[in-house]
Amino acid sequence: MDAKTDTVAGKKPATGTAKPILEVDGVTLQYKTKEHLITATYRVSFDVYPADRFVLLGPSGCGKSTLLKGIAGYMKPVEGDIRLKGREISEPGPDRVMVFQEFDQLLPWKTVKQNITFALRNGGKTSNAAEANEIAMEYIHKVKLTGFEDTFPHMLSGGMKQRVAIARGMAMEPDVLLMDEPFAALDALTRLQMQKELLQLWEDTHFTVLFVTHSIEEALIVGSRILVLSPHPGQVKAELNAHELNHDNVGSKVFARVQQRIHDMLFADRILEDEILGEELDK
Amino acid sequence: MSKTAIKKTASLPELVVRPEFEVSDLEQAQTGEVAIKLSWVERIWNVDAVRKSVILLSLVVVWQAYTVGFDVEPLMLPSFSASFATLYNALFHGDLIFKIWFSIKVLIIGYSAGLFLAAVLILLATATRFGSDLIAMATAMFNPLPAIALLPLAMLWFGLGTASLVFVLIHSVLWAVALSTHSGFEGVSQTLRMIGRNYGLRGIEYVWKILVPAALPSILAGMKIGWAFAWRTLIGAELVFGASSGSGGLGWYIFESSQNIETDGVFAGLFMVILIGFLVENVVFRNVEVKTVIRWGMQR
Amino acid sequence: MTSAPSIEIRPEFEADEIGKAATGDVARKLSLWERITDMNSVRKLTILVIVLVIWEIYTRWAEVSELIMPRFSSTAEALLDGVFNEQLLIMVWNSLTVLVSGYFIGLLIATLLTTAATMTRFGSDILSTLTAMLNPLPAIALLPLALLWFGLGADAIIFTLLHSVIWPVALNAHVGFMSVSETQRMVGRNYGLRGLIYVAKLLIPAAFPQILMGLKIGWAYAWRTLIAAELVFGGSISDTSEGTSGGLGWFVFANQMDLRIAHVFAGLFTVILVGVLVENVIFNNIENRTVRRWGMQAR
Repeated sequence: MDAKTDTVAGKKPATGTAKPILEVDGVTLQYKTKEHLITATYRVSFDVYPADRFVLLGPSGCGKSTLLKGIAGYMKPVEGDIRLKGREISEPGPDRVMVFQEFDQLLPWKTVKQNITFALRNGGKTSNAAEANEIAMEYIHKVKLTGFEDTFPHMLSGGMKQRVAIARGMAMEPDVLLMDEPFAALDALTRLQMQKELLQLWEDTHFTVLFVTHSIEEALIVGSRILVLSPHPGQVKAELNAHELNHDNVGSKVFARVQQRIHDMLFADRILEDEILGEELDK
Repeated sequence: MSKTAIKKTASLPELVVRPEFEVSDLEQAQTGEVAIKLSWVERIWNVDAVRKSVILLSLVVVWQAYTVGFDVEPLMLPSFSASFATLYNALFHGDLIFKIWFSIKVLIIGYSAGLFLAAVLILLATATRFGSDLIAMATAMFNPLPAIALLPLAMLWFGLGTASLVFVLIHSVLWAVALSTHSGFEGVSQTLRMIGRNYGLRGIEYVWKILVPAALPSILAGMKIGWAFAWRTLIGAELVFGASSGSGGLGWYIFESSQNIETDGVFAGLFMVILIGFLVENVVFRNVEVKTVIRWGMQR
Repeated sequence: MTSAPSIEIRPEFEADEIGKAATGDVARKLSLWERITDMNSVRKLTILVIVLVIWEIYTRWAEVSELIMPRFSSTAEALLDGVFNEQLLIMVWNSLTVLVSGYFIGLLIATLLTTAATMTRFGSDILSTLTAMLNPLPAIALLPLALLWFGLGADAIIFTLLHSVIWPVALNAHVGFMSVSETQRMVGRNYGLRGLIYVAKLLIPAAFPQILMGLKIGWAYAWRTLIAAELVFGGSISDTSEGTSGGLGWFVFANQMDLRIAHVFAGLFTVILVGVLVENVIFNNIENRTVRRWGMQAR
């Protein structure tokens, strides 16, 4: 119980009048493998406010992806609750669109444009084909893929596929966009490019995004607020501000200092883990 | 230790530091022609269809030359021209065309009924784990059972007629399609599943819009195997069955010809069997594949 | 979006100590019951027993005629009767010997064809023309010709079996070889593999998923062809005259003629059993030891 009161105490209300859009309250998530029942996160609490670029940061095995799946509605917490705009989350829905790390998240049997209109029409955004088309083209333009709208996904590069997935997610105008290490499978240069583009897109509309990563640097660049999680099981270590950090001050002292601080936090008291268990958690 | 280390260092090659350089202006290419056109003979010979037609033609020529040149007994191996003439006569002056139509009609009824039942089974299997277990077991058991082996039972239950043929055809299609569709569904990636549910797809809609297209390569493979089994079963069943029912399809035509020792008729029948099989596999199925899974990059 | 919300700046915080003791189990072993119900074989066995019980109860309760649908118990009796009094096992053995000789000769010919096809373009063209033509031709349709050429006997059946095995095996192996990735080919040549060693150590393992699929399809066709051939021409082809019994298909056919339906069911059971053994035991084992272990299962 101590841990819970601790974290709740840490969740100090913001100074402004804004209310959190997403509330995660003492959430414990568990899943089964063939032999074990694994606790992925233990009593994790945090609030996401509108326009946040909220990053879940932690080493592998800290349950950050599982947490995102919980928020998306694919898993039910065994303890605690998750509320979006005050309503408890019970199942997956188009008000929280997920962007995955895997390139196969696009439907291979639909073109770039059809992938977006498919989402719009099945997600209840619009039932009008012409309108869906128009929205799709707008977002394709936003992610700089004009000219590729009738291409099938297998013809696109990894970066382009992720752009389509992001366009598809943003076109839905969800309450919160969930991104599960979306750039992890890209090469370094493309990743850098995609981070910049994501920030530019954010400048346009200030959408709310929940971003999972294991890279401290990416967290600082992309995020405005960072939740640091400890591994096995995932527990809240700290919640930090990073809204003043971006690509421009990557080499700066401030940046390096925060980076070092998080690094120490994550590796200072590293728990010795059962090797096999660690492998299972990574899956 | 330290002594040997020093010795080693002494004998290691040193870095050669050279001046840097940067090219300010690349020269225009002077490599001559970048691509040379092949001569037209080479190009024609590179067309697959041309080479294959030549091979086919030479097979026919060898056959004809052998049978005519060696005076082979036509009852054992008729010449190509004789077989072809018989085929022509049977098609345009005989009733072979109706026999073919009879076979194809039965085949289509059996095949579509089999597909329909497979779809129902699969829906059951995706709905519950019990259904999934039941279907997995049924397919594992019935898939290795040749449909033709059920013909005796079918004749007992449904009498001598189309119903029996349809029954064995259903059996030959159902399990192959159900098996590969089921394993295709199980192989649909977790990401695609989550995407589907993310956009609010449920129940039948989820199966139809996510699982079916995502598993289409396996489903098509199952349909092809199902077709192959059905085609084999039909011809086999007609071979036995024709004898009892009197009028029949293509298989019956072959059987009848062989009973009357009209070997050219047997060959004429075989030509048609090959032609139909070839059309279905290389035209119908190939077309479906090109328009779907190959276009989507899910299969090469 | 004129009124894009701005970021809400909140104070940072850091948990000074994480309650280690309070975490409970990070991982707990599943209970025995949970693990048993998760076991495929247990669940399937249960289903099988249920189906058999329903069958028995239904046929007794509805008093279904033994000519239409024998009871499970009479089928089991018939099976025992077949095994102990009617040489069922010998018939199975007869079928299997024919099947195995046809299958392996077929494999040999397929290997030769594939070798020729892999080495030259002309060979490849011949193979693809022949397979495109002959693969869709049901082997059983050749039985009338085979009977004409080889007379009544095992030779005719083996001839049709050959036809049913060669094409799918050669076709799949050839496709498999052709689609071995260029990288793997280059790696093999890089390490100095040449000629037969190159084929045996690189091409065959790399193409093994496809090859295995061809072997499985070939087996399925051969098994179907054999049963059909024995069934269709059962009376004439099986050497019943010499006092030896025919094959499994003949067992089914003859009993149907005599309206011993329970024995027909027993024969079908045996057919299923042999099929399941080959597909789920032999081929699955090969798969588990090779392609599945290597993580290259063909999808």
